[in-house]
Amino acid sequence: MTQPVGAPSARGMPNGADLVCLEDITKIYQVGDTEVRALDGLTVSFQRGSFWAIMGPSGSGKSTLLNLLGCLDRPTAGRYVLEGQDVADLDDNALSTIRLRHIGFIFQSFNLIPQLTVRENIELPLFYLDWNPDRSRARAEETAARLGLSDRLNHRPAELSGGQQQRVAIARALAANPNMLLADEPTGNLDSATGAQIMAVLTELNQQGKTIIMVTHETDIARHARQRLHMRDGRIDSMEGAAA
Amino acid sequence: MMTRRVYRSIRLGLKTLTLHKLRSFLTMLGVVFGVASVVAMLAVGEGASREALDQIRKLGSTNIMLTSVKPVETEARTVSPWSMSMYGLLYEDQRRAQEAFATIRRTVPVKIIRKEGRLGARKLDLRIVGTTPDWFDLVRRDVIAGRALTARDAERRASLVVLTEFGARRLLATEQTIGHTLRIGGEYYEVIGIVQSEAGQGGAMQTPDQQIDAYIPIEVARERYGDISQIVTSGSILRESVELHQLIVEVDQVEHVEATAAGLESMLRRFHPRMDYRISVPLGLLREAEATKRRFNIVLGSIAGISLLVGGIGIMNIMLASVTERTREIGIRRAVGAKRSQIITQFLIETTVLSTTGGAVGLALGLTIPWIIELAADMPTVVTGYSLVLAVGISLSVGLVFGIYPARHAANLDPIEALRHE
Repeated sequence: MTQPVGAPSARGMPNGADLVCLEDITKIYQVGDTEVRALDGLTVSFQRGSFWAIMGPSGSGKSTLLNLLGCLDRPTAGRYVLEGQDVADLDDNALSTIRLRHIGFIFQSFNLIPQLTVRENIELPLFYLDWNPDRSRARAEETAARLGLSDRLNHRPAELSGGQQQRVAIARALAANPNMLLADEPTGNLDSATGAQIMAVLTELNQQGKTIIMVTHETDIARHARQRLHMRDGRIDSMEGAAA
Repeated sequence: MMTRRVYRSIRLGLKTLTLHKLRSFLTMLGVVFGVASVVAMLAVGEGASREALDQIRKLGSTNIMLTSVKPVETEARTVSPWSMSMYGLLYEDQRRAQEAFATIRRTVPVKIIRKEGRLGARKLDLRIVGTTPDWFDLVRRDVIAGRALTARDAERRASLVVLTEFGARRLLATEQTIGHTLRIGGEYYEVIGIVQSEAGQGGAMQTPDQQIDAYIPIEVARERYGDISQIVTSGSILRESVELHQLIVEVDQVEHVEATAAGLESMLRRFHPRMDYRISVPLGLLREAEATKRRFNIVLGSIAGISLLVGGIGIMNIMLASVTERTREIGIRRAVGAKRSQIITQFLIETTVLSTTGGAVGLALGLTIPWIIELAADMPTVVTGYSLVLAVGISLSVGLVFGIYPARHAANLDPIEALRHE
């Protein structure tokens, strides 16, 4: 399933190398009587194997963008192509399936389910993929081992440190082996040393071929990414390191 | 596949419920008492009605009972001490019934005489019942010892007597007593058998003194005692002449019972203008008892239904609170890729686990209550398999019905909002 590390495609397909392609995306929220344009005609594509940091002041639309990319939300207008599939108009069930197979989420506050053990948390996507227990167990153990969690499998999230909890969250995001990881301030709740460790993990995953799109407001953290996108008022302000 | 997920969801449900033991327990109480009351009330109701139905059924649902009744003296006339009242069913009635109705299979005449019986040193006021051998068959009395009367005994006009279990005990008669001589009035009879008393058999149809019946062939009774009886009361002697005290009619099919009873009624009305008879149909009583039972069940059912409704609302309330409390978990599951239907399934399974656990506890309680009632109040109770199935079905459907709203509520949460929820 692992994709080749993303280099711009030389072939004729216009979007062949792009994992994600957004075209003229607009998202309007209705807050009371006023309309809020969270995203305003955004056009951007993210290549396979890239590692993006999305930055911008609060209210610039970066969280909205991440939710759209993660198929948690639908744009008001525009086209969203993920892995060659137009997903902008899919229904809730189809979007759930795309999240399950193609996207792994990493959150600022880890978002583990407290009553489940580490193993069960990691197995969560596999549960919804309906894997058989042996296979699912093996995958959870393998993924936990990659993240140095082998001796924590039967613990509850509350018994782990913040850094360990975020590793569990990463393991859960990786369990179904999606191509794209979406991280929302993944180090926001961690001290700088632990944060650096988590960033090292993400960098390594990117080197192994995962496309990572991360929202952050910390320039130190954004420096770990290979590409940076600055947003302002629902539009792209500037881009650094993007392939031409 | 699907079953595996259900199995794992059940495990998850149990886990979540054990996380809040007290809350789960309190939530279940409604269903516990609801199911317990359904099972217990049905057991008590079933016990009571089965007893009544058994009594009636023992009288024979194809039987019609005709009984002689002393007519009310309409004219106020001076009753001389020696006057005699003549009333009741006649041998002629028996013959006429037998001839007029093709649906009548057989008739059993009954003649009753009150006399004192003596067995050895013991004395007992007996109710001498002169009847035919068919009696024992028609009213379903089982022979406990010895034998019942036979057609040959009747032909021979043999001086034989059959006692009831109760009467035999009062006379200290045992199996060894068979063959001994019982003196009734001035006559001597050989005891040939003991049959069941109609303990619990009387019901509305028979009188308690039937427990001390002594059965002799009707021919013998007629020869020796005639139709006239004297009752000596303070200051007067009451003389009565009654040919037959009772006539039991057996109809060939249950379907013919009511029509035959109506026919007999109109026939008797013609020949007995004084209405010195009473007609009763066990089948009619059976029908009535069954209707009563149905009404009873409806009342019990609605009471139990209300308590289950209350229990279900309790479950729904707690599940709604649980959904709010676990909004974030729902958001996480949705973000990971759970479909709405899978969230619904998860919460429905949790409520059903809750309600069926409550149902199981309620069932145990509901089986204990009838047992205690039986011990304490000496009332018969019958736990039917149907009530067990009902209890399980009810608790399952309470979970599903009252779980669907909270589950849908959970599934329709916006995942982004849910993830932000504290």
